Amino acid sequence: MLRRILGRGQPVAAGVPAATAEPTQPLETETEKHDYAVASEWELMWYKFKRHRLALICGVVVLLLYVVAAFVEFIAPYNPEAQNPAAAYQAPTRVHFVDAEGNFHLQPFVYGTTSQRNPDTFELEFVEDTSVIHPLQLFVRGDSYRMWGLFDANLHLFGVEDPNVRLYLLGADRQGRDMFSRIVHGTRISMSIGLVGVVMSFVIGIVVGGISGYFGGTVDLVVQRIIEFIRSMPTIPLWLGLAAALPADWSILQIYFAITVILSLIGWTGLAQVVRGRALALREEDFIMAARLSGTSRTRIIVRHMVPSFMSHIIAALTLAVPEMIIAETALSFLGLGLRYPAISWGVLLQEAQNLRSIALAPWLLAPGAMVVIAVLALNFFGDGLRDAADPYKR
Amino acid sequence: MGRYIIQRIVLTIPTIFAISIVSFVIIQLPPGDFLTAYITTLESGGQVVDQAQIDALRNQYGLGEPVHIQYLKWISRTLVGDFGYSFQWQRPVSELIGERMLMTIILSVASLLLVWAISLPIGIYSAVKQYSPGDYFFTFISFIGLGIPNFLLALVLMWWAYSYLGMSVGGLFSQQYADAPWSLARVLDLLAHLWIPAIVLAVGGIAGLIRIMRANLLDELPRLYVTTARAKGMKEGRLVLKYPVRVALNPFVSTIGWTLPGLVSGSIIVSVVLNLPTTGPMLLTALQSQDMYLAGAILLLLSVLTVIGTLISDILLAWLDPRIRFN
Repeated sequence: MLRRILGRGQPVAAGVPAATAEPTQPLETETEKHDYAVASEWELMWYKFKRHRLALICGVVVLLLYVVAAFVEFIAPYNPEAQNPAAAYQAPTRVHFVDAEGNFHLQPFVYGTTSQRNPDTFELEFVEDTSVIHPLQLFVRGDSYRMWGLFDANLHLFGVEDPNVRLYLLGADRQGRDMFSRIVHGTRISMSIGLVGVVMSFVIGIVVGGISGYFGGTVDLVVQRIIEFIRSMPTIPLWLGLAAALPADWSILQIYFAITVILSLIGWTGLAQVVRGRALALREEDFIMAARLSGTSRTRIIVRHMVPSFMSHIIAALTLAVPEMIIAETALSFLGLGLRYPAISWGVLLQEAQNLRSIALAPWLLAPGAMVVIAVLALNFFGDGLRDAADPYKR
Repeated sequence: MGRYIIQRIVLTIPTIFAISIVSFVIIQLPPGDFLTAYITTLESGGQVVDQAQIDALRNQYGLGEPVHIQYLKWISRTLVGDFGYSFQWQRPVSELIGERMLMTIILSVASLLLVWAISLPIGIYSAVKQYSPGDYFFTFISFIGLGIPNFLLALVLMWWAYSYLGMSVGGLFSQQYADAPWSLARVLDLLAHLWIPAIVLAVGGIAGLIRIMRANLLDELPRLYVTTARAKGMKEGRLVLKYPVRVALNPFVSTIGWTLPGLVSGSIIVSVVLNLPTTGPMLLTALQSQDMYLAGAILLLLSVLTVIGTLISDILLAWLDPRIRFN
């Protein structure tokens, strides 16, 4: 009730046909000006979105992250579980262009390392062996994996040919596993849990928001109360409480879906409010009234007129909801109540960084956190751009 | 005004009822009842289980009876301040959570004040000097602030302070005051430690509120009343603060409704990272060891506190803005 005054009012979707709409900003080229007059709604959105440079760049980053998530086995140079006790907490391998004699190489290369224990501190120390150069190569044969559960392969995007030399782009963890490969593998769960969670919240949001909007009156009032109630609860304790009840013997897949369900059970309210708000605003629009007066059926009005009008807003709202889910999963897994070993997500990887002594020794253990920040920022800016572009007829 | 306040208070009753049900459900979620867990703990500790005592407990908590009876027994004991027994700590829950609850409240309120104190001037500046380098700078910073989960910030801060300053930023008290009774020195010690977690917690809220304040003020600034005042020769600084800021301030107060749950929620995880003596770490261990009466009590109290905080903010808002109390 009080939140109505919060923030700027939602822009009202205009149902004005494209031809009569005035162009918003000065147009860049003559061709675009010509296009503008005949452009469809989605083309107009694309023009508007393109002007938002940062959003465009972030859109590319988001796309890249999902491509990585799809091809983790191929992109990661190693099996994420391959242990190497001799390389515990090894610092990131340095990639060289200039060798020990001062010669420049166009192709980047690394040196092999040998480890020895310091007799005084008992810490492992790593020494580069500068006699042999190991060039970094594309498409290297390495650890074998099963791609998407369909076929076996051992091709990796990049790596070093010599199996005795290991490349630690982002260092190694306690058990000498390659952090880079682990982070790449974490991308799949961390990025997808956001998507799956948002789709699930969206379904709940649409159903509840739809019911609330369709029946109106008391039902609407009750639903709004429930939404307000859920929003007034501190979410993390609730998530923790629900996640703690998951049986310990469940498989990764079961836990994964249970966690998404838990996240969406609490996360759907924001989306439901967007859906309801858009639907209510649209109901008052002239073109809906016109359609109703000309005898269009209710279903047809919803499917042909209302849904296309708020689709773009919904997509923007969905995009902005994904980073929240990613943060939530990371937080839960970090606390040990979300996904657990042997699942790999950025939150699970961050568990290793809970101990102050290990981060002081190996700051690269915080790298999964950097990935979370990159993903969240990229999605936020991308979603922001989408939201601005969602209504190309505005002003 | 009085009528509005009563109305709001009455409206929170169903909310608190719903919270109690959610908490009760979470207590019931783990398989088995808490007594079986209790007996297992006792036996694994090599203690002899007294059957008479178990039966007495079983009767007291209504275990084995229908769920609604169990709920009624639980809620009626809770209402008189008996939150049950923590088998992990071997003490009544009410004894355990008092001071930790207080610390959670202090931390949340401190962060809330910090959120306001920082975002108000920056929000005004960003709106008045729209598109200035300063505005771009704060916009950029606030987007970054929104993107960084606060527990990560806490982690990085802790690592940075440990590696480069050689100090530990965890905790809310120095060692000698940790278990000391309350005194002026202890309060000062708390204040000296409080600001770091408070800032960590506040960052997200500050970033969000700067955006809201800026947007609201930008909506107000082109209004005719502003032009009128300016045309009459009012000084710009006085004008901005006296009229548009007051209107734009409204959402500021109403956002407590979501700032506060966010802060309480964030305080849980930040406390775990920074090892603060709040309810956060206790809730986590209670959930991990399925000490459900303790976990349920913390959950219930945190949520009720949030609702009360929101209630206070709504009343404040009505006091500030007559349009709300007459609507």
